[in-house]
Amino acid sequence: MSSIAWFRLASPASFFPLARRLVPWFSTGAALLAVTGLWLGLLVAPTDAQQGDAYRIIFIHVPAAWMSMFIYIVMAFWCAVSLTFNTRLAAMLAQALAPTGAMFTVLALVTGAMWGKPAWGTYWAWDARMTSELILLFLYFGYMALRNAIDDPRRADRASAVLALVGAINVPIIYFSVKWWNTLHQGASVSLTSAPTMAATMLTGMLIMAFAAWFYAIAIALLRVQAIIVEREKNFRWSGELLRWIR
Amino acid sequence: MNASGLSEFMAMGGYGFYVWTSYALAAVGVAVEIVAVRARIRTAVKSALRPDRAVSVPDDTQ
Amino acid sequence: MAAVLEITDETRESSAWRGFAWSLTRDLKLAIRSKAELGVQLLFYVIVVTLFPLAVGAEPLLLRTLGPGVLWVAALLASLLSLSRIFAADFADGSLEQLALSPQPLPALISGKIAAHWMSTGFPLVAASPFLGAQFGLTADEGWLLALGLLIGTPTLSLLGAIGAALTLGLRAGGGLLALLILPLYVPILIFGAGSIEAARAGLGASAQLSLLTAALLATLVGAPLASAAAVRIALD
Repeated sequence: MSSIAWFRLASPASFFPLARRLVPWFSTGAALLAVTGLWLGLLVAPTDAQQGDAYRIIFIHVPAAWMSMFIYIVMAFWCAVSLTFNTRLAAMLAQALAPTGAMFTVLALVTGAMWGKPAWGTYWAWDARMTSELILLFLYFGYMALRNAIDDPRRADRASAVLALVGAINVPIIYFSVKWWNTLHQGASVSLTSAPTMAATMLTGMLIMAFAAWFYAIAIALLRVQAIIVEREKNFRWSGELLRWIR
Repeated sequence: MNASGLSEFMAMGGYGFYVWTSYALAAVGVAVEIVAVRARIRTAVKSALRPDRAVSVPDDTQ
Repeated sequence: MAAVLEITDETRESSAWRGFAWSLTRDLKLAIRSKAELGVQLLFYVIVVTLFPLAVGAEPLLLRTLGPGVLWVAALLASLLSLSRIFAADFADGSLEQLALSPQPLPALISGKIAAHWMSTGFPLVAASPFLGAQFGLTADEGWLLALGLLIGTPTLSLLGAIGAALTLGLRAGGGLLALLILPLYVPILIFGAGSIEAARAGLGASAQLSLLTAALLATLVGAPLASAAAVRIALD
């Protein structure tokens, strides 16, 4: 592969074909990883001594929680790039990532509730991690709501980028304060990680599912950014290959 | 996989509801996202190819 | 109605402090002229605080447990209510654009606005809080602790809120959007503020919480005017 002129890729219209080409790779990879991870998690990994088969929720819950946080960081990174270099594509990538991040956050919250009931007898225990996760969901919603409220796309880009960065700086502070709040108000710490010694297959399954989620997130974000580019790049003369999409 | 193995698998040691709801929600989340994004692309392409009937979205002026 | 803008006609180098002082004085004058607005935040605070005993009953032990949390949450909400006022009037009549063009650094001018805002809306809450605390069975010491915590915390709320107000300038979406954007950022202040009284009650002393609140205030003093200035420029472009 010849050296890519990166600066040329910064134009959304130039990035579009690249995004089109990349999506199948990442979606196939996600599917393969997911099948492997699910096989490991549901069939190979042994039943847990303390929690029985209920623990198998972690193969969804933990990757979702990791992705919810990771996507926010990546989103904030692209927001920083968009503000520093005043590029549209970086802002579009952030815009494309947000809904997926929110989806993973919701998934982490509900699967956490599904795990909490059999494991600790209650769907919602106001523990530090889940409460922080809930606040992270508010941060995602705030970003998307601000984007939606501003008509001018460039002002929306810049304003939501500032918001995302302010949020990113605050996330560790919020987590720390919620953790402190939790230890003050609850005697025993409710930890959502499994018992310290995790069987190797459990850990492997979790990691593979995490990679599956990562590949999926990339694929869906690249797909979504294509929609965003078409929505926002009114001046570009689109070729007829786009007709494939509306067949 | 024999019948009792499958039913044991579905039961998940009594926690079947919690486990399978979680996996189902994950599948639903992924499916909804994929469907929604594809629909979004179709709408965007349609209005891009027929500018006279385009949805009025403000231009991306820089 | 905003007053006529008097931009200092400096030919010397612009001074941040001068800008801050000028902006502070101007906004205070404007606030004093509209006396009716001054009392609204305080009245809102009192009313919201009063709602809770009406909702959960006046059993003394319950109120004592709830008290610090209620008084802090109500302060957050009262702060939210008034935030759009920081920029709205100037944005509407074009003064904000002139401020952005003036030689004084915009963060300094904004700091003055935020300081004026806090003096007219936040500080009255601080003063009123011990009396309201007494209604919830807070002891005198706890009342002082509440006032001190609010004294450190409410400026932080104003500073953080200014970022949100700047980001949402002129948008139709209004107060709900601002609340969604700002309340997650308020959470640490709430936790440490209300937590300080909890800690004092538990005999642990409130110094840790107060130190954290002070640290938050100092960090926000530096960061929020910069972020707000960036947000104002984004909104004006």
